[in-house]
Order: sequence, then C-alpha cells, then structure tokens
Amino acid sequence: MDFNKNKPIYLQICDHIYERILSDEFRSGERLMSVRELGVELGVNPNTVMRSFERLQNKGIIATKRGIGFYVCENAREMILEEQKKEFIENDIPEFFKKMDLYGISFEELMKLKDNR
Amino acid sequence: MIKINNLDFAYKNTQVFRRISLEFEKGNIYGLLGENGVGKTTLLKLICGLQKPQYGEITVDGFTPSMRQPQFLQNVFFLPEEVITEDTTPEKFIQKTGVFYPRYDFDLFNKLMKELEVDLSKKFNELSHGQKKKALLACAMSLQTDYLFLDEPTNGLDIPSKALFRKVISQYCSDETTVIISTHQVKDVENLIDPIVILDRDDVLLNASFSKITEKIFFEYGPERLDNAYYTEMLPGGYINVMRNVNNEESNVNIEALFNAVMKNKETIKNLMK
Repeated sequence: MDFNKNKPIYLQICDHIYERILSDEFRSGERLMSVRELGVELGVNPNTVMRSFERLQNKGIIATKRGIGFYVCENAREMILEEQKKEFIENDIPEFFKKMDLYGISFEELMKLKDNR
Repeated sequence: MIKINNLDFAYKNTQVFRRISLEFEKGNIYGLLGENGVGKTTLLKLICGLQKPQYGEITVDGFTPSMRQPQFLQNVFFLPEEVITEDTTPEKFIQKTGVFYPRYDFDLFNKLMKELEVDLSKKFNELSHGQKKKALLACAMSLQTDYLFLDEPTNGLDIPSKALFRKVISQYCSDETTVIISTHQVKDVENLIDPIVILDRDDVLLNASFSKITEKIFFEYGPERLDNAYYTEMLPGGYINVMRNVNNEESNVNIEALFNAVMKNKETIKNLMK
C-alpha cells in the first residue's frame, strides 16, 4: 500500500478499512482480519493498526466480541457513507467551488458535463 | 522490558555513553537512529551482553546481560550488520544453533526462507550479500526469542525484499516481543518502527512513540518555507516544515525530517518531549 505523506498513517489505514467495508469485502456482522494479519498485509507496525481499530471502535463502526476479536457492526456501511459525505461536503466541495469560480465554470456547464458523463 | 540506568561506556580513549538512561518496553518495534559512530551497535551489544558497562546498569527482564546467564541468552538474538559466515548451508547452521533456543521452530525457518525467497540448496558463502542477509533473518526469526536486535537489516536488500522484510517483522512482533532495529535507511522501515530512539554522542536525544511525537511536533507540508520551523526542507512539490504542534493538529511523521530537526535543536526538542 502506498501511503500519502500528508495524513497520519493510522487514519489512512482507517480509510483503507472503509473501502474494504464499502466494497463488501468486510461484511457487516462478520469477523474482521486481526490486527496482526492486517499489519502483515500492509507491512505496518501492528501498534499502528491497533490505533486505527481503536478509532473505528470508538466510532462504532467495528466492535469486539470476546473470543472472536473485531467484527464489523451492522450499520457500519451507513455510518461510513454518512462520514464520507460530510467530509466531501466540508473539504472537497469548497475547493471545487473555488476552482469553478476561478475558471469561470457556470452551473449550466456543470450540469451539461454531468449529463454527458 | 529493558532498563538502562546511568550507563557509562568507553572504548579505550573514546567515550561512547555518558550517564545515559532509557527504557525499551515490550510489544514494540523500536527504531534506533543516530549519526555514524554515536554507538548504536555498541548499545545493542551492551544490551545483549557482548559488552559490559563501565558504570551504571542494564537489566533485561531482571537479568543482567553481562552475566550471560543461559536463561537470558536463550531469549535474545542479535544479528550484526556484517556477518562472517561459515562454509555451511543456512539449514545446517540453524539446526546447530537452534538447540540453544527453547522456542526455535524449524518449520518456521523453512516458511521464512520460502517467504523471503532464499535458495535453500546453497551454502552461505555461495549466496549473494542480500540473499545471505535474508537467510540470516530467517535464522534469527525462527529462534523466536522475545528480544531481537537487528543491526542495519535492510542493507543490501533489493526493493521487493525490503517489503518482504517489513512483512515478516510485522508478523514476528507480539505483545511479548521487543524488536530493536538500528538503521540509517529510515525509508526502508517507515511505518514499521514505532517508537523512535535517537542517539547522539554521549546522549539520548529522543525516545518516543509516534503518537507522542505528533502530539508535540507538527509536520507541515506546504508551498513555503516557514521561519519558525525547527527544520525545513524542500521536497518535490513544496516544503516540509517541522514545527511545534501549537494547534493540536494531527500530522504524519517524516522520520528523516524529524531526525534532522532533532539534530538541529537538540536541547529544545529534548525539553519539548519531556
């Protein structure tokens, strides 16, 4: 996995887990890979992966069950989508609007681009 | 746990450590950094009992390394940077060595040799430098000691082997193990080492986990050089500025920039991290 230099690794690992939940590779209610397994797969310090898991646990996206380890919560998908939507609106949209203004792109043009996709 | 308290060590007329104290906790992969000649290898030798402190003490789970008790030695392995190898195959070597280590696992050795893609039929002296290094890593890890010290383990490894190295080390680490990797090749072990220890002549400048480092220090990637930065460097596409983390923001540690920042502001950062 190639990491981005601007974002802490443990947050990038959270994003990576999000992607695998959204793509249905990690399914709701099912056991998640262990901290060690994911650490080995990514070639990352297991303590870093643990930090990512703890963050996702605090958000209620994953949880632990005794004897099983971490599993993906029922509404993980919805929570991730909600969070990513919020992030998109807060971070990407303002940047996008700024560029539209800068390059003089109107909403009509934008709609046309969208329709012709 | 490794505890070093008020350690002094010198080779003849060269003082290496002057009253240094530091601890290494279990369950971690430590990165040991420092300029050439500051004593990284010497520190590893002291911890595994190959050298004896002239003052102060070292204990490893209560054992004094320089007493070289078998119960201590069977749980420690040090892989030096330069290894003089015998006219034998890694397999024969590990079978001979393994008997001294209670958790030694021959199947694990074979598995690691396969994972690291080393030719099992060749003798050490017939292997290339990189292959020899990987064979020795497989040997070291198959002994399954709680303490594993690696001196410049990625020197001579090709690019794919470096990724394999990170994988097998990450696999090795458990709650009971302490791995210390001394290295100049920080890029090779990025995302693997945490905490980081930085040694200086006579002194320890830093011993901190990434989360503690990023709590105090902010790594800013931006379009300009900032004057109040501890250290700043041009990177492709902009600058990295190593700053004091005043706004409690989270950032990603750049080990090279951190090292340079620490070397330029020794006392300031030492006090900041206290």
